[in-house]
Amino acid sequence: MTEKLVIIGNGMAPGRMLEHLLEQAPGRYAVTIFNAEPRVNYDRIMLSPVLSGEKAYEEIIIHGDGWYIKHGITLYKGHKIVAIDRTAKTITSDHGVTEPYDKLVIATGSVPFIIPVPGHNLPGVLTYRDLDDVQAMMLAAQSRAKAVVIGGGLLGLEAAAGLNAQGMDVTVLHVMPTLMERQLDPAAGYLLQRAVEERGIKVITKANTQAITGNGKVEQVELADGTIIPATLVVMAVGIRPNAALAKDAGVAVNRGIVVDAGMRSNDPDIFALGECAEVGGMVYGLVAPLYEMARVAAHQLAGDETAAFVHMDTPTKLKVTGIDLFSLGDFADGDDRQEIVLRDASAGVYKRLVLKDDRIIGTVLYGETSDGAWFNDLKKKQTDISQMRDTLIFGQSYQGGTPLDPMAAVAALPDDAEICGCNGVCKGKITGAITGKGLTSLDDVRAHTKASASCGSCTGLVEKLMVLTLGDTYNPAAVQPMCSCTTFGHDEVRRLIKAKALKTIPAVMQELEWKTSCGCAKCRPALNYYLVCDWPDDYADDYQSRFINERVHANIQKDGTYSVVPRMWGGVTNAAELRAIADVVDKFEIPMVKVTGGQRIDMLGIRKEDLPAVWADLGQAGFVSGHAYAKGLRTVKTCVGSDWCRFGTQDSTGLGIRIEKFMWGSWTPAKVKMAVSGCPRNCAEATCKDVGVICVDSGYEIHFAGAAGLDIKGTEVLGLVRTEDEALEHIVALTQMYREQGRYLERIYKWAKRIGIAEVKRQIMDDGEKRRAYYERFVFSQKFAQVDPWSERVSGKDKHEFRPMASVGFAQAAE
Amino acid sequence: MNWIAIGTLSDIPRRGARCVATPQGKIAVFRTADDAVFAIEDHCPHKGGPLSQGIIHGAAVTCPLHNWVISLETGKALGADEGAVRTIPVKREGERLFIALEALASRAA
Repeated sequence: MTEKLVIIGNGMAPGRMLEHLLEQAPGRYAVTIFNAEPRVNYDRIMLSPVLSGEKAYEEIIIHGDGWYIKHGITLYKGHKIVAIDRTAKTITSDHGVTEPYDKLVIATGSVPFIIPVPGHNLPGVLTYRDLDDVQAMMLAAQSRAKAVVIGGGLLGLEAAAGLNAQGMDVTVLHVMPTLMERQLDPAAGYLLQRAVEERGIKVITKANTQAITGNGKVEQVELADGTIIPATLVVMAVGIRPNAALAKDAGVAVNRGIVVDAGMRSNDPDIFALGECAEVGGMVYGLVAPLYEMARVAAHQLAGDETAAFVHMDTPTKLKVTGIDLFSLGDFADGDDRQEIVLRDASAGVYKRLVLKDDRIIGTVLYGETSDGAWFNDLKKKQTDISQMRDTLIFGQSYQGGTPLDPMAAVAALPDDAEICGCNGVCKGKITGAITGKGLTSLDDVRAHTKASASCGSCTGLVEKLMVLTLGDTYNPAAVQPMCSCTTFGHDEVRRLIKAKALKTIPAVMQELEWKTSCGCAKCRPALNYYLVCDWPDDYADDYQSRFINERVHANIQKDGTYSVVPRMWGGVTNAAELRAIADVVDKFEIPMVKVTGGQRIDMLGIRKEDLPAVWADLGQAGFVSGHAYAKGLRTVKTCVGSDWCRFGTQDSTGLGIRIEKFMWGSWTPAKVKMAVSGCPRNCAEATCKDVGVICVDSGYEIHFAGAAGLDIKGTEVLGLVRTEDEALEHIVALTQMYREQGRYLERIYKWAKRIGIAEVKRQIMDDGEKRRAYYERFVFSQKFAQVDPWSERVSGKDKHEFRPMASVGFAQAAE
Repeated sequence: MNWIAIGTLSDIPRRGARCVATPQGKIAVFRTADDAVFAIEDHCPHKGGPLSQGIIHGAAVTCPLHNWVISLETGKALGADEGAVRTIPVKREGERLFIALEALASRAA
């Protein structure tokens, strides 16, 4: 006799269970399904592509109407079950249908969690759970208005990306400091946030929603800090909880979800539960892989195989937003008993992290490049001891050769066409060829000739191994100059690790990189301070005690302990009022010397430190700001008079110089940066020996860089010719930012360019528009925090202690 | 000893220095990262640079003029350089700082 199997819910888990069951025990059960949704079984995972318009509903159907007919399954669409009578063994739907069962499967899924803030029930507040929600969102999106998504987890971000693709102006509110914090570590969360923001989606983290308000419908969202965000649509995607109310009402054991044993059976032997509503081994699940495993187990049990059992599994998380590759698996929290391997390629947007415990992978986060996710998952699942391949593990499966897994052999085993440097696309054969062909002996040589390891530096270890293999004992890898005697790391390595480990304070760098001294020295501290200012412009608090005195008091110390002061004269242009103000200051403070500098400025020398704030106050009255003549930063842009006055001038060189200076002042750089703009090739502003120079010509602007006129004398290299002033500015700014991000502290542009190669600079700034634009944007972002006049700050009282003696003592006794 | 109050610990930033003016010239008072306090003449043995303006690391300061490194404990130049600057007795009572002026007076006499 056929038994009656009744299923409540028609989602993916019971759908999969039926497929197994029809295979295992065809004809054993007469199956009836009640679906609260008025439709067949569809792939919920694909709702995001439906929302973004990449797929249609028809494309995500798993079982069409024909499938139910073919298998003789009765499907009640739009019937919500309201009661289970366990004694009579019947269930009843809201339409009054009562159905007897021999075996009952509850697969009621989950319900979205609604934050109970005021206004959560206003029209326009949606959740993101089923096709109805998606259709409502798509309807709302037609207005092209503003949407707020509450929740920066998997679902929230997918909803945000979908709404954004539908043309809405989307803001994501996330209560935690980084996105998807349950799946991603902060570093990957940060990369993700950047990628999301690059799509035009605004992200507010640490956002505590206080209320949703509006007159009869949603109009705005209010945060606890008072921020108000206008919105016509609010999507709550803050989480789900198992939908177990029906089972609970029927007296079935319920904890977080419906409690089932490893065979998916509840405390009533005739009632099974599976899917998101089920709690097995104390866990509830929301990702498809374990749910499908539950379906397999339940089908086996129903078919009479009582040995089938569900075993807990970690499931990788992937974000289904086109263009964002993200993979997360297992446990990736830091811990004393854990070690980690991190690989980062900033220019390619790749971040990989493996968390190890006892030589086994326990967690993985991959961002940007996820092709090895399956392999890492496999190693984790099998608890493979990875100690033999540890040094090459992070590079993925394709780097694991046969048995000889020492890293040297692994590198030796690489084919000649294996890519070593991903940034610059340099393969092994090219590197070994250059080493032998050109007789290269140092890492810097290899970088200069091949570009390998010259960008992000993450392949430096591989390149060094190649050098050892090629040169044998004559190569000494320790030839990398350490930053100073406090560390064994060189500047590049430190810069890379600051980014890779997201180190945001000097103590954090010293701790993580195992500094040998307690608080560094006068060499490393200013360097670290610069690297942190450059890399984390919004987060890092400038450490003044780690700056050289000139940058601490914003003037230049002289041999007698007095200071000199150089106010900014944009492009070297001044006027009578400014000159008069300078003359008055010189008289008032009895400044012993006034001199014109090589960078077209006026220098006042011999000012006592105590007088500095008063001098600045008077200069500030006349409109002067600091000229940064003391800074490892943008100093001067020298100009000639250009087409405004000169009979040979081809462009407004003065105007461009002033524009560059106003755009770039205040920025810190590895070493000082001096610029010049000449209005014609006669080059009166001497632009061809500057860090960056422009020679105006009839057809546009020839941009030069990497000149020197100090310890070394060197003419500039030509970066390229651009047509408009706007383009000239963008190229110069991008070039400067590239130097800011890659230069070693105190390394002038010409030395940096020689190290990484003139051609590489040209490639990134002239040929790669996307890269150029990205550099430009990062510079602009950091300027938001840098363009504050330090003189007026100090006139207003900042760092008062710097300019006053702590005490005056002993004078009374001396007078006695 | 004749202890003279010069202010409190919080007057000096960590890894920073302040000057005390005296008839015999400036005294530099240093506060290290771990709140130890030292006082030395504000005058580098090399070319007289103002040591109070240098970068402080550990219990040493690097002169801002030519990068000599001076020990705050002994006043002696560290590394390959040779020379010394006079140290001044300093003591801390709770938050308050004192230097011993007798040392100065005896030198002046």
